[in-house]
Amino acid sequence: MFELLGIPPQALFGQLLLGLINGSFYAILSLGLAIIFGLLNIINFTHGAQYMMGAFVAWMLLNYLGIPYWGALIVVPIIVGATGIVLERLLISRLYHLDHLYGLLLTFGLALIITGIFRNQYGISGLPYAIPKQLAGGQNLGFMFLPNYRGWVVVVSLVVCLATWFAIEKTRLGGYLRAATENPTMVGAFGINVPRLITLTYGFGVALAAFAGVLAAPIYSVNPNMGADVIIVVFAVVVIGGMGSILGSILTGFGLGLVEGLTRVFYPEGSAVVIFVIMAIVLLVKPAGLFGREA
Amino acid sequence: MATDSEMIDVVQVDRPGAIGMPMLHKAIFIGLLLLGLVAPFMLYPIFLMKVMCFALFACAFNLLLGFGGLLSFGHAAYFGSASYISAYTAKAWGFTPELAILCGTGAAAILGLAIGSLAIRRQGIYFAMVTLAFAQMVFFFSLQAPFTGGEDGIQSVPRGYLLGLISMAPDRNLYYFVLGVVFVGLLVIYRIIHSPFGQVLKGIRDNEARMVSLGYRTSRYKLAVFVLSAALAGLAGATKAIVFQLASLTDVYWTMSGEVVLMTLLGGMGTVFGPILGAAVIVTMQNYLATFGDWVTIGQGIIFVVAVMLFREGIVGVIARIIRRPL
Repeated sequence: MFELLGIPPQALFGQLLLGLINGSFYAILSLGLAIIFGLLNIINFTHGAQYMMGAFVAWMLLNYLGIPYWGALIVVPIIVGATGIVLERLLISRLYHLDHLYGLLLTFGLALIITGIFRNQYGISGLPYAIPKQLAGGQNLGFMFLPNYRGWVVVVSLVVCLATWFAIEKTRLGGYLRAATENPTMVGAFGINVPRLITLTYGFGVALAAFAGVLAAPIYSVNPNMGADVIIVVFAVVVIGGMGSILGSILTGFGLGLVEGLTRVFYPEGSAVVIFVIMAIVLLVKPAGLFGREA
Repeated sequence: MATDSEMIDVVQVDRPGAIGMPMLHKAIFIGLLLLGLVAPFMLYPIFLMKVMCFALFACAFNLLLGFGGLLSFGHAAYFGSASYISAYTAKAWGFTPELAILCGTGAAAILGLAIGSLAIRRQGIYFAMVTLAFAQMVFFFSLQAPFTGGEDGIQSVPRGYLLGLISMAPDRNLYYFVLGVVFVGLLVIYRIIHSPFGQVLKGIRDNEARMVSLGYRTSRYKLAVFVLSAALAGLAGATKAIVFQLASLTDVYWTMSGEVVLMTLLGGMGTVFGPILGAAVIVTMQNYLATFGDWVTIGQGIIFVVAVMLFREGIVGVIARIIRRPL
């Protein structure tokens, strides 16, 4: 197995790993979008900005307060999730009785504000965030070199995704959440505080995005624009997968990351658009999305 | 179709004057035209032309959102691709400006047909995401395609000679040409809105299921308005390329799609004249805040939030409510 279709295995597996990493971020972000959409019925356009905030807050904690990566991994989702809760209480919650489009427009506006503020403060050149020393270096697997940090990202993303799936599908709180997604009025009639459930759900979705941001900080440079570009791809991922199923979101995210990686090996020019092309094909063949129910 | 005309009769009973143009609208159009004729003597013509191009762009977008009920978050794709085609044909093939603009408009219509026929398979929020994703695809294409000049764009596009005769190099000449193009574009949009086709669109916007049960093939209407909107957005973009002698990635980037949504929202979705005002306000704001860098983005975000939270009808929508006339 020295060459596959004329591609040296190092290059092939390197790109596959990169695809898997991108896929991890797609999966976490589309999972958060799907959870928020399920209960709030809005598409959280701020998601990309919140992912970027995650990376920035991690950088700030390290540089201003000296809190290292491991602390950031826990503290950042809480901080950014809390800002999400404030946004939901102050603004988003006032739009539930309106057309979904207003939620989209509001969160788009919020994304512009957040991105603009960070660009104003930190410029667009990007800030470095060092890989934690416990995860520096890498393993030689024989057919490829695996940087420890990248392996860690893939594993921890999978764990977080599956834990979220478990929490939603198998626990009591998740049961409330699914019930409220189906019929909020009825769930409210059973004495469950649906508005609070909605707020917490939004906070959790945002926290997921921020968590992805912390994971991304050492890989990509911490940059105010990092969220905007990824969120559009995530939208395409969501359209392809459909937002009806949690596992579907996770699978689609990782799968499309791999496809993107493969494309980068065999047809580099197409790697930026391959996900959009797949979206077009899915729309032709199965408009509701691979795992979707018709919205 | 007999059912067609009956439908429209019913709709128009309580809206006298919907067949011709109401006096008020006539007055506003004439006012706008007069304003357009004298404005270059008071303000910088390039700035005015920018306002006009964006006004047309916003009205084209509003045709889709305000009257078709379809939120496209990727209208930069049509605006930008038309801008590239018009710039390329004018520069590389030496097309006259009107021909270059027509080519750009046609290209935008074809692109609109391709993307629209896929996008209308999904509704609501998915529709917005699909159009945004396809627009991003067009952006990446524009970034990599050999004829677009990548990051540099297509620069120093010749303004050329109108019909091969009248030089467009003096700002004043070009200004009146652009005024003509934009004004005709606005009248076309007005005509579409108030045609039987436009009435069916409003029916679909308000209750698609009912229109289906009345026997309308709603997806055809949606596709038709999508293509019309894309073509008119293209007309705006193509004209803009001739005015600024430049087609660049800014025109196809998602921020441009967001800007046109903002202009429409601020002016008033579903109003005839709102997007014109919205475009004027936003372009003016961009001009004044341009030196402050990212404050333009922040300001736009704040306007978005304020508009969504406090006045969803938009400026013109509020005025229309106060004077109790549709505007």
